[in-house]
Amino acid sequence: MRPVAFDYIRPDSVEEAWQALADDDDATVLGGGQSLIPVLRFRLAAPTTLVDLGAIEALKQIREDGEDLVIGAMATHHAVAHDPLVRAHASVLAQAAASVADPQIRYRGTVGGALAHADPAGDIAPAALALDATVEITGPDGTRTVPARDFFEDYFTTDLQPGELLSALRVPKHTGWGMHYEKFSPAAQSWAIVAVAAAVRTEDGTVAEARLGMANMGAVPLRAPAAEQALAGRPTHGPATGEAAARAGEDTDPPSDLGGTPEYRRHLAGVLAGRAVQTACGAAGAVEG
Amino acid sequence: MTIMEERQAEIGRPRPRKEDARLITGRSRYTDNITLPGMLHLAMVRSPLARARITGIDTSAAASAPGVVQVLTGADLAAEQGSMPNAWPITPEQKTPPHPAVAVDTVNFAGEIVAVVIARSAAAARDASELIDVDYEDLPVVTDLATAARDEEVIHPDLGTNRSATWVFDSAQAGTGGDVEEALANSEVVIERTFTQQRLIPAFMEPRSTVVDPTGEQITMWSATQIPHVLRVMLALTLGVPESKLRVIAPDVGGGFGGKLQVTPEEVITLLAARRVGKPCKYTETRSETMMGAHHGRDQLQTLRLGANRDGTVTGLDVRLLADMGAYLGLITSGIPILGAFMYNGIYKFSAYRFECTNVFTNKVWTDAYRGAGRPEATFAIERMMDELATELGMDPIEVRRKNWIAHEEFPFTTVASLEYDSGNYEAATDKALELFDYEGLRAEQRRRRESGDPVQLGIGVSTFTEMCGLAPSRVLGALDYGAGGWEYAQVRVLPTGNVEVVTGVSPHGQGHVTAWSQIVADRLGVPFENVEVLYGDTQVAQRGMDTYGSRSLAVGGMAVVAATDKVVEKAKQVAAHMLEAATEDIEFSGGQFSVRGTDQGVSFNDVALATFAAHDLPDGFEPSLDSDATFDPENFSFPHGTHLAAMEVDTETGQVRVHKYVCVDDVGHVINPLIVDGQVHGGLAQGIAQALFEEAIYDESGTLLTGSFTEYLVPSAPDLPEFTVDRTYTPATTNVLGVKGVGEAGTIASTPAIVNGILDAIRHLGVEDVPMPCSPSRVWNAIQQARTSGQQAPEPEVAP
Amino acid sequence: MSEQTTRTGQTTHTDVVEAGEQMAEVALTVNGVPRRVEVPVRRTLSDALRVDLGLTGTHVGCEHGVCGACTVLLDGEPVRSCLMLAATADGHEVTTVEGLTEEDGSLGPVQQAFVDCHGLQCGFCTPGFLTTITAFIEDNPDPTEEEAREAIGGNLCRCTGYHNIVASVLRAAELARGENGEAEATDQADGAAADDEAQAAGKNGKDVPREAADGERQVAR
Repeated sequence: MRPVAFDYIRPDSVEEAWQALADDDDATVLGGGQSLIPVLRFRLAAPTTLVDLGAIEALKQIREDGEDLVIGAMATHHAVAHDPLVRAHASVLAQAAASVADPQIRYRGTVGGALAHADPAGDIAPAALALDATVEITGPDGTRTVPARDFFEDYFTTDLQPGELLSALRVPKHTGWGMHYEKFSPAAQSWAIVAVAAAVRTEDGTVAEARLGMANMGAVPLRAPAAEQALAGRPTHGPATGEAAARAGEDTDPPSDLGGTPEYRRHLAGVLAGRAVQTACGAAGAVEG
Repeated sequence: MTIMEERQAEIGRPRPRKEDARLITGRSRYTDNITLPGMLHLAMVRSPLARARITGIDTSAAASAPGVVQVLTGADLAAEQGSMPNAWPITPEQKTPPHPAVAVDTVNFAGEIVAVVIARSAAAARDASELIDVDYEDLPVVTDLATAARDEEVIHPDLGTNRSATWVFDSAQAGTGGDVEEALANSEVVIERTFTQQRLIPAFMEPRSTVVDPTGEQITMWSATQIPHVLRVMLALTLGVPESKLRVIAPDVGGGFGGKLQVTPEEVITLLAARRVGKPCKYTETRSETMMGAHHGRDQLQTLRLGANRDGTVTGLDVRLLADMGAYLGLITSGIPILGAFMYNGIYKFSAYRFECTNVFTNKVWTDAYRGAGRPEATFAIERMMDELATELGMDPIEVRRKNWIAHEEFPFTTVASLEYDSGNYEAATDKALELFDYEGLRAEQRRRRESGDPVQLGIGVSTFTEMCGLAPSRVLGALDYGAGGWEYAQVRVLPTGNVEVVTGVSPHGQGHVTAWSQIVADRLGVPFENVEVLYGDTQVAQRGMDTYGSRSLAVGGMAVVAATDKVVEKAKQVAAHMLEAATEDIEFSGGQFSVRGTDQGVSFNDVALATFAAHDLPDGFEPSLDSDATFDPENFSFPHGTHLAAMEVDTETGQVRVHKYVCVDDVGHVINPLIVDGQVHGGLAQGIAQALFEEAIYDESGTLLTGSFTEYLVPSAPDLPEFTVDRTYTPATTNVLGVKGVGEAGTIASTPAIVNGILDAIRHLGVEDVPMPCSPSRVWNAIQQARTSGQQAPEPEVAP
Repeated sequence: MSEQTTRTGQTTHTDVVEAGEQMAEVALTVNGVPRRVEVPVRRTLSDALRVDLGLTGTHVGCEHGVCGACTVLLDGEPVRSCLMLAATADGHEVTTVEGLTEEDGSLGPVQQAFVDCHGLQCGFCTPGFLTTITAFIEDNPDPTEEEAREAIGGNLCRCTGYHNIVASVLRAAELARGENGEAEATDQADGAAADDEAQAAGKNGKDVPREAADGERQVAR
């Protein structure tokens, strides 16, 4: 099916993009287009202007900034998955990016686009949550940052305001942490039924700190506070971490759909969290020596 | 006069396909590739409601939209569109609702066409289609098969019932066995089970597309169809267009799997539109339209009772089906379950059998052929039942089957369902499969995992199968009230240079007939493989044909090619005899050489071809042509069979299922091209596994299709499927000289029960008795949970829609 | 309403453009040839290739970004041309299935592998596989079977069950590495085909020539 007609602007700079968004209240930002173009083709949305960020080179960069990595909004999943900095300091994000849909989607789809689209089943957000990342938002009034865990407001709804652009994901380096992404989907290409990103810091064979980010366990990507607290202080080997992580589904209200019931999702979250944490502990242990 | 060279046999040779060169370089000719001068484009307006009365359609805004040439509604076409054909009234009393291509008064499924826009571009047609305002008055919707069968709400009020027809086979009446009730009453064990064959979407990769050019002496239609010949005659009968004024071309067709075995509203509409505007028109559907508007497959409720003695001998089988027709009867919708009626006894010797099927209307798109068509349903049911019996009796599933199958020395064998199986060797196929599979080793591994309480349990799924292929002997089709015969046509034309053109009435869409037919003809005429050209898929080229479906092309169409080729040889012998000044009876033909028996005198096929073309010196009264044609009507079906074994891993913590190992040994008789046969098996396996694990067309209660795209309808991709170990045994068919049986549907038929049996074998010890298909992770997990909590206070499940 | 006529190759397409619909002049290099088209900005790259440039080898199977049939190479990377606007491709290099043959007209390694391994049946999905695999074996010249399977996870095929496509990926990598690979393929030729050859030989009382056993039979595994 063909989309409804629209105007198309491909600015060279962020400033021009702001202007284009300011000029048309019904303008929409086009990132990699891997979610937006299908929406347009199904005629589920009919923006009057598309502002294509693909020509703004500054938004594609992945760089170090002190203790953080700054991942440009237009960095593709493929680029993130293969980036040496990300793999070294935020490997769970690389792993999550490598698990998005399929190779073709990963070559076009972008980190910023995935976050702004805010599908609660998306892969990038759980990793961002587990890494305590922040989202950088720019607009004519300046740049602001929002913790990833506060960025998502509802299904497909974020804190982005009209006229603003998501410009980057800022990720604190987690050098030495153990990390793992467990994605559970009904078929290889599919969205996750549930996915869990785990990041753990270990000290002397125990979990010093653990963070879990979960996909598709509610209207927005979630952390798992009960499990995270229960994990702290547990030995990294043996069944204890699994038992603690099994609490990941507590106090969640996941959706019921073709992938499964809320009950099933809560159960899966616990199982996947256990597996993610155990693998992450193994990775951290390897680093810890 | 050359010395005969050693020729290598083409039949049996793994020839790379002739078809590939174009398809891998972008020189494809799919219907949507066609652009004609002045061509217009169609867009359909489809009902979002599953059942409603149309109370008004306002087309004015669309009609005046940019680029729009004309807008058509059902009312505009009512006088000329007729009713979509159903070629298989299974009983004289069958109730068949009128089925307009464009709905006139009511719609009966979501996706039914209510208006058509003809415009100068596809985008303009789509834009304008959104300006059409249709007023609907909601009517009650019935989507559930069992509910519909109770007639609480009648979908087509004029029919008075949702029950289209009931069809019965009873071995006691047919004289092929005893009375099933009596048999069950006298059985030591009776097992009753109900299985759901979920609704499936054929999901051919090329969306359907039709181009109609009305500007010539004939109206020419290109269409993404499996059945150009059937389509032509049906269009003529439906629309009253003289058949001779219609030319139908199936160019490259991107898969069918039964899904393009249909005469579609879209084809009728494109023809009518082109005729109205006098210009070429094209309609190419979107994938969403395929999902909601092209026919689906399966969708049956099966209730079976199987009687047996404690030694494992089956005494009788009773089958009761409810088959979901959807809202209308498509080309062979009503006959699909009947194609299964003869296969519920599988490879076994049962002494009593009864089958009863009731066809029922619901507010969903109609069902029709999908790979296997009736036979996968039957095989699934009986192979699940054989495993249930094995469990009940504590026997090995292989042993139960061995106990009941027809022994090799018992062929030919007339089954309780009245078919005569000409040949088979179930022992050989099974033994080979067990060996390749390492059955004993995997059983040991299964025990090990069970004893250690491994969270990932292992199960072994067994399925045997046979199927009736080579559709079909025309007299049988007549006896089943099908509207046509099952013969096939071929013509072999010899060109002056000795090149050979083979015209075939089958209509390949991926099966490699061009290559296989070339191999057959090359061997029989002794000409090089490269010198054979195969022509098909155009009613002006292949003037007769019954097209491609039902694993028929080789067993029926290939035999027509053989028959035509034999006639060419008979004619050529006369010319050769004349050239060699010998008697025709003394002429031998081998390896492309005609020779006089007992001498070294000979002429080549090319010499004879040229001499016939020149016609300067031919036998008296000899018509100067070697060209021959033949129509082959099979005397019987062919019966490929096989044994499939699946080792299934089930993660009991998540419900995740994985195919650990898959082995199949099929017996499809002689093989023309093993590359192609392997490929057919692989693809069939994938589709059968997809039914077991991934695919289901789901409607909600309002009749909205929830799986309307590939995002929800899970067609497996490569990482979802295992490597296959494919092997064969060879028991030639005795009813055709090629000894071939058909392979197109084999993999699909046996793999589904093998997979499900394997899953159950992995978790039966946990108390699980069944998992409905598709066995998705959540369903497997739910089954395990329910089994674990049964006996205890089961928690109220939260129901997914 | 204005009528826009674009002349492409030997085919003339008439396209109707709604009044006021924005057009884009798109310059791109397709299969090494600079091309320039003027299209409505809403036109997808797949439509531009098929309709405006007459390159119908790229097929559109689902239009919602799952089937992968429309995959082309954008600056060497596999992307779905149905999920990209033609205007976005301005200034880029696009390779379609028509551009995968060698300069001398012979088949490229992936194409050759698909013939050798019977990697296609109906052929509709094939162009998307060929482009995807072309990029993959460039990145990963010696993939494992599992990597090969993952690499084609974004392409649906309904005919082959992927078995022979996976074999084609491995074979294509061999060919691209300049290895003949015959010995390996012969060793791994599965039982069914080997038996068929024996059957053919037995029936005709002749030995199966090596050509049939290895040259034409590359369906490894």
